[in-house]
Amino acid sequence: MAHADSDDEPTRRDFLYVATAAAGAVGLGAAIWPIVNQMNPSADVLALATVQVDVSQMDPGTQMTVKWRGKPVFIRKRTEAEIAEASDVDLSALPDPIARNANIDGEAPATDDNRTLGEGQEWLVQIGVCTHLGCVPLGEAGDFGGWFCPCHGSHYDKAGRIRRGPAPTNLPVPTASFVEDGVIQLG
Amino acid sequence: MSGIPHEPYEPKSGFAKWVESRLPIGSIIHSTLTIPTPKNLNWMWIWGIVLTVCLALQIVTGIALAMHYTPHVDLAFASVEKIMRDVNAGWLIRYLHMNGASLFFIAVYFHIFRSLYYGSYKAPREITWIIGILIYVAMMATAFMGYVLPWGQMSFWGATVITNLFSAIPLVGDTIVTWLWGGFSVDNPTLQRFFSLHYLLPFVIAGLVIVHIWAFHSTGNNNPTGVEVRRGSIEEAKKDTVPFWPYFVIKDLFALAVILLVFVVLVFFMPNYLGHPDNYIEANPLATPAHIVPEWYFLPFYAILRAITFDILFIDSKLGGVLAMFGAIVVLALAPWLDTSRVRSGRYRPTFKLFFWGFVANFFVLMWAGGMPAEGLVPTISLIGTIYWFAYFLVILPLLGVIETPLPQPKTIEEAFAAEQAEKSMKAGTTPVTSTEIATPAE
Repeated sequence: MAHADSDDEPTRRDFLYVATAAAGAVGLGAAIWPIVNQMNPSADVLALATVQVDVSQMDPGTQMTVKWRGKPVFIRKRTEAEIAEASDVDLSALPDPIARNANIDGEAPATDDNRTLGEGQEWLVQIGVCTHLGCVPLGEAGDFGGWFCPCHGSHYDKAGRIRRGPAPTNLPVPTASFVEDGVIQLG
Repeated sequence: MSGIPHEPYEPKSGFAKWVESRLPIGSIIHSTLTIPTPKNLNWMWIWGIVLTVCLALQIVTGIALAMHYTPHVDLAFASVEKIMRDVNAGWLIRYLHMNGASLFFIAVYFHIFRSLYYGSYKAPREITWIIGILIYVAMMATAFMGYVLPWGQMSFWGATVITNLFSAIPLVGDTIVTWLWGGFSVDNPTLQRFFSLHYLLPFVIAGLVIVHIWAFHSTGNNNPTGVEVRRGSIEEAKKDTVPFWPYFVIKDLFALAVILLVFVVLVFFMPNYLGHPDNYIEANPLATPAHIVPEWYFLPFYAILRAITFDILFIDSKLGGVLAMFGAIVVLALAPWLDTSRVRSGRYRPTFKLFFWGFVANFFVLMWAGGMPAEGLVPTISLIGTIYWFAYFLVILPLLGVIETPLPQPKTIEEAFAAEQAEKSMKAGTTPVTSTEIATPAE
C-alpha cells in the first residue's frame, strides 16, 4: 500500500484502495453466484415434490415401491410377527439410535413406534436409498430380515434401522401422512 | 523456453523474419521441437507422446459422438444405440472413444510409475509433477462423467455412488449433493450437466498439458540415471543430449505404432472386454444391479474407499473411506516433499527398488480387490493394501532417504551412455557408436 508520507496513519488513498477492492470483490461474487446457483434444483424439479399413493388394496406382509423426487419409497404393511420382532429390539443394539423420521422430533429415539406411520405400528414408509452411498436395498433380505444393500453390504432390520455394515444411519422416513383412509401423501 | 543451452532460432526467409518480429511463434516451435533431450532415455519415456495422442483421439472422436448423442434421460440410451447401429461408422467411433479411455489410463499409469521409479518428481521438477497430478485428477473426473452419458445401469448407479461420496462431508454434505444433482437424485439435470462438463474438461486438460510441457522444457527431461544434463556450454550440453526432432520423434512414433496396433485389435475384436454388460441395460432408478463396479482404472481407489469399514475416533466409516480415497491422491501429489533421498533415480537405490516393486504389486492387488464383492477376505486385503499405499509415501520414502546406502552414480549422462553402448556392442560384436556421430547428423 502506498502511503503519502507517514507510515502510521492510513491515508485517504489507502481507504480508496480498500473500498475499491471490497466493492470489486462483492461485485465479482454477485456475478459468480447465479452461475453456481443455476445448478441447484430448478422450479420444475421442486414442483414435483408431493405425490399421493393409494395403499387400501395392500395385504399385510406386502410392500410397494413408489417413485418420489426421483427416489424409490418403500411402503410396507407389516404383519403382527414383524411388528413384534421390530418392537422387541433393544435400543442399545442399534448403531444409529435416532428415529430419522421427518414427521416427528429430530432427536426422537429409534423405537419401532417412532419409525412407523399412524397408529398400530403397521405402516412403515421409508426412502429406499441406502444411507451409505445411495443404492437401493433389497427387501426381505439380509441378516435381520429387513433390507440388505447389495453394493457394500449394509443390513437393515424390519423397521429399516441399520444393524450392520458401512451405512451410518437408519433408512430415513420421509414427510408422509394419511390424508384419507388408505391414501398416503408423500411430501 | 528451455533451460539447457542450445542454438537459438534464426529466421531464414524474409517472411519468417517478418512474422518473428511480430509474433515469435517460429522460435517457440523451434525450441519446443529441437529441445536438447537426454540421449539415454529408455522405452519408459514414450508415454508422454502416447498420452498426447490419446487426448487428441478422445477429443476428435468425442466431438463426432456429440453430433449424434442426446443428453436426456429418455433419449440418451437410445441415441447411443443409434450411434452403434445407424450412424455411419458410429460403432467404430464409439468403440475408439470407449477403449481410448482405457488406453489413456494405461498410459498415464505407466507414466506415473515411471516418474516414481526414476524420481522424476524430485527437485527441480515438482511443479511438472503437481500439474501432472492435476491432469490425472481431471482425467478421472472426465472419464467418470463420460461413463454416465450412455445412461445404462452402471452409468446411473456409478453416478449415484460417486456423487454420494460428497454426502460424507460434515454439515454441508447433503446440500452439496443436491447441488451436484440439481434435484433429489441422479436425474435429467445431472445427465445434462455431466455432458456439458465432459465436453469442457478435455480442453482444460489440454491447457494443463501445455503448462506441463512448458514446465519440464524449462527444467529439462529427467533420464534413467537421474543425473542432470550439463549446462556449462552448448558443447557440453550436446555431449549429454540429442535434439528431440528427429531422434525422439521417430522413436516415439515407432512405439506409438506398436501400441496402436494392440489398441485396434482391442477395438475391433474385443471392444467390450473392459466394459460391463450391465451398462447395456437402460438405467432404472428403482433397481440397483447386484454388484456395482467402476471401470478398471478406478478399482484401486474404489478398494481404498471400501477398505475403511470402521470408525476412527470421531470420523465415521463413510467419511473415513472418502478421506482415505482422496488422501491416496494427496500423498501421491506430495511425493516430491516426502521423498528425502538425494539420489534421484531408483536405479542406484537397491532398497528403494524392493519397496517400489512392492508398491506396483500392491496397486494390482488393490485393483483386484476393488473388483471383487466386499465379502470374505476382500475387505482385509483392501485394508492391508491401503495401509501399504499410505506407508509407502508417509513412512518408507521419508525414512529410506536417511537409512539407505545408494550405489555410486555416473558423473555424466555421456559416461553412462557410453558404458551402456559399449556393453551392447560387446554383446552384438560391433563397434560402439560414438557420441559425436550421434550428435551431428550427416546432412
